Amino acid sequence: MLDLINVSYDTQIPNNVGLSQDKKVLKALEKWHPGYIDWWNKLIPQNFQESLVYLRTAVSVDPKGWAKFDYVKMPEYRWGVLLAPQVEDRVIPCGEHKGEPAWQEVPGEYRNLLKRLIVIQGDTEPASVEQQRLLALTAPSLYDMRNLFQVNVEEGRHLWAMVYLLHKYFGRDGREEADDLLRRQSGSEEAPRMLGAFNEETPDWLSFFMFTYFTDRDGKMQLESLAQSGFDPLSRTCRFMLTEEAHHMFVGETGVGRTIQRTCEVMKENGIDDPYDVGRIRALGVIDLPLIQKKLNLHYTLSLDLFGQEVSTNAANAFNAGIKGRYMENRLTDDHQLQHDTYTVWDLEDGKAVQKEVPALTAINMRLRDDYTKDAAGGVGRWNKIIEKHGIDFELKLPHEAFHRKIGVFADKLFDPEGKMVSGAEYDKGMPEWLPTHADGDFIQSLMKPCYEPGQYARWIAPPKVGIDNKPGDFEYVKLHMA
Amino acid sequence: MNQPLKQHLIDPEICIRCYTCEMTCPEQAIEHDDMNVVVDASKCKYCMDCIPVCPTGSIDNWRVVTQPYSLEDQYGWMELPEQQEIAGDEGGLEAMDDAISALLAEAHKGAGGKAKAPATASKPTVSMYGLGRPAEAKVTGNFRLTAEDSDSDVRHIILDFGSLPFPVLEGQSIGIIPLGTDEAGNPHLPRLYSVSSPRDGERPNFNNLSLTVKREEKGLCSNYVCDLKPGDTVQVTGPFGATFLLPADPDAKLLMICTGTGSAPFRAFTMRRQREYPSLKGSLMLVFGARRPRELPYFGPLKKVPEEFMSKHFAFSRQEGEPKHYVQDKLREEAEKVGELLQNPKGHIYICGLKAMEQGVDEAFKDIARGLGLNWAELRDRMREEGRYHVETY
Repeated sequence: MLDLINVSYDTQIPNNVGLSQDKKVLKALEKWHPGYIDWWNKLIPQNFQESLVYLRTAVSVDPKGWAKFDYVKMPEYRWGVLLAPQVEDRVIPCGEHKGEPAWQEVPGEYRNLLKRLIVIQGDTEPASVEQQRLLALTAPSLYDMRNLFQVNVEEGRHLWAMVYLLHKYFGRDGREEADDLLRRQSGSEEAPRMLGAFNEETPDWLSFFMFTYFTDRDGKMQLESLAQSGFDPLSRTCRFMLTEEAHHMFVGETGVGRTIQRTCEVMKENGIDDPYDVGRIRALGVIDLPLIQKKLNLHYTLSLDLFGQEVSTNAANAFNAGIKGRYMENRLTDDHQLQHDTYTVWDLEDGKAVQKEVPALTAINMRLRDDYTKDAAGGVGRWNKIIEKHGIDFELKLPHEAFHRKIGVFADKLFDPEGKMVSGAEYDKGMPEWLPTHADGDFIQSLMKPCYEPGQYARWIAPPKVGIDNKPGDFEYVKLHMA
Repeated sequence: MNQPLKQHLIDPEICIRCYTCEMTCPEQAIEHDDMNVVVDASKCKYCMDCIPVCPTGSIDNWRVVTQPYSLEDQYGWMELPEQQEIAGDEGGLEAMDDAISALLAEAHKGAGGKAKAPATASKPTVSMYGLGRPAEAKVTGNFRLTAEDSDSDVRHIILDFGSLPFPVLEGQSIGIIPLGTDEAGNPHLPRLYSVSSPRDGERPNFNNLSLTVKREEKGLCSNYVCDLKPGDTVQVTGPFGATFLLPADPDAKLLMICTGTGSAPFRAFTMRRQREYPSLKGSLMLVFGARRPRELPYFGPLKKVPEEFMSKHFAFSRQEGEPKHYVQDKLREEAEKVGELLQNPKGHIYICGLKAMEQGVDEAFKDIARGLGLNWAELRDRMREEGRYHVETY
């Protein structure tokens, strides 16, 4: 009998989908595998590839023992194909097919729509590894380096998850799409990644933390809505990916939190109460709170663009077809079809941002974005608690959704972070206060010095409150290969 | 006063509200508002499903309380409350029951100060089942380990917990409650036994564990345990102990010294290492004393452990035609290797067995240390402070 909970290692690719009995897909994946390993090997600097990293490997989809921690060389990480267990008699949760049995095969009429969603999701996974490939060179600690690599290998596994779906359910064009996922490169002129935010480089660790907090959270929301899909293999894949995605949120939230913590500590130690005393604060080698606000403004707004147009027929079609649900669809209490409901979206009228009601079906993107904003605000509240605790008068805020947008109704219109439309001159004047300047970037870059001693942290960041896998403070999370 | 209870709580300062625990909990014991994720003490069954899925470790927090914190209390928290003083208890406790804490403190006394767990040891679960709510286990095996003609009857007992969670680490003990009542008509108090199997079970991934129990003449509990038959059920408390634990670091070097059933935790250590790092070489050393080979528990299986995986040194004190050997003699014979371990910051020493062995072993260490120009008392205190010197004797 097939064991669908624990991972089987009887093929080169660990899996819980019975690959050894699915020769065709196994062969296709084994053909794809060398290209993947090659991609990985060329990506991250060689001495890190040779280092032993204390990583979590998913070994089961059973919560009791789903992961195992051990030292692994990254190229030997067991990337595998893991799907959450099949829910018996699962039905399509939303749209016009609501209540019908969930599809176990791709429904012909939605083939292209589904494939596109899977390819877009799949494209973001390797893209972020590419964006972060050089960060280990400036890791503020071995702990942070380990977290970076954990995020990286799991993004790699998420690519595998999508590639499995393409190979298994989409035949030849699925295989071609899978190959293209390795062909496109973040930031490449000829073959860039599909979404804009995934072609920007991640130049420093604060950007990395902001990225994992804000941009990976978009990924989480997308996974949440794909986990509701009527196409059962996609739903099961995404449900399991979410368990790993939570770690990425953790790295972002605590990374920014620890940066703030350190800034506040150093301010207090040196008797600085004014958070805007930027010169003195920077001279002490920590990142001033106004700059953290600017970084937040940047990453939050870039991430908002990933949700697409506020009013979208594509999104309506995907929901109506039962291909993609809403965040926590199963906990919502409406009719799950939205034929007669409305939803409030932003629009522009006479140069002013206004809210108006549109058919709910067309506002699926906006709704997911609202859920995202609510989710993202939670961590910002926690960060403010750290500042408050140190008795510093400063509050981080999410900027208005109209600010600094490239997609949607506010695209390329000039708004300030409060949501007020401003003139070109006002915008130019405000920008150095609202978004990081080159000088800000240079300052952050100047702090990015590696700190490779176990238990030691770069000056600009506080140590974590608890170790990974309950390890003590001086645990050697990465045994560096220094050849 | 209510019986103290171990309450499962989430640290709001560390939690990132991903709700993975909430989705995982089979009892729907976890819920959240906009600020906090909280655990309903009346629903939590300690199944531990939520522990491994948490990305932050915030889920793995426990407080001993007489009155559980309500959901409203927990929603209002910015940080976890400190552990309240409950008579006799303090943080990092080995057990939540005064009598058992006292027993363990007595057993660990030989280390010369407050016992500390190895820095890299996994976090133990302690006192999940107390007298008020013992766990029930089924006996699935009872084998005699000593030769039939020996007057020493040492047994290997296997207990299975079925679907009941009973997370135990190598080096921890459990309590067994003998059947019947004492003269005053009260149920007997539990007796402590070291677990001799690794955390993933006597058989990997079975929810079972093994004990190594010697029949004591007139021993109420040892006779009860040694007479158990497959199919019998027993009342179990624990797990207990939070310091005599195995370091997770594969580079840690272990010197294990035992007599008789003191071998139980070391069987668990060795099996854990074999399952986790089967290709390690030269990191384990066992010094094992008994009267004769046929009275040495696990003599057969031990001989099969490759010498390069674990170097084994047996000391027999009543071997016919041989001079008497004690564990301290073996330590002196191996002074060079022991000396290396004493000077290695990753070296750990474990002593388990009868109290009587302590003095001789201590003398041997003193001599070996002196030979290296070291002060044993200082070295021992430092090692203990660093969680690298452990004694459990009775």
